[in-house]
Amino acid sequence: MALTKNDIVEKIHELGFTKKKSVDIIESLLELIKNVLEKGDDVLISGFGKFCVKNKKKRRGRNPATGSDLMLRKRKVVTFKCSGKLRNKINNRI
Amino acid sequence: MNKLELISALKTEANISKAEAAQVVQMFFDSMTDTMAHGERVEIRGLCSFFVKEYKSYTGRNPKTGDRVTIKPKKLPFFKSGKELKERVDY
Repeated sequence: MALTKNDIVEKIHELGFTKKKSVDIIESLLELIKNVLEKGDDVLISGFGKFCVKNKKKRRGRNPATGSDLMLRKRKVVTFKCSGKLRNKINNRI
Repeated sequence: MNKLELISALKTEANISKAEAAQVVQMFFDSMTDTMAHGERVEIRGLCSFFVKEYKSYTGRNPKTGDRVTIKPKKLPFFKSGKELKERVDY
């Protein structure tokens, strides 16, 4: 089962907040993270990883389905760099 | 922005104490870590999803020395930006 926002709300509720407040808190947290990234700043969470905003130049690409040439415009994307700690935990090497 | 700054911002934004904000932020990232440590997916609508990708063992090279090295099987988290985040970050 995938971890969803609802599971997080449930866990915040267990910390002693009302259901409604728990939803407010998680929405605030998600909005804060999105806002920082939207401004082009990185979000660095020690022990977890780093959410970075990268500038991609425009380049010639291909539609993989049809094979036709197309131009990909310059764009900004979010990337994630996993921390060493997280990687060790995922590989069960604590 | 780092974790401490995120905690401060959440304190103000959600009108909770600093200790509570710290608990929430820590719990949020710990939950995602634990889920992935179990090989399960994380799906936070609007922000991102993560799944764990398994890589088999392969022979790589040390880029500095050119020596052949055997890379053991490993698992890595794979990040996918959510639709809302993707649209907001882009121009």
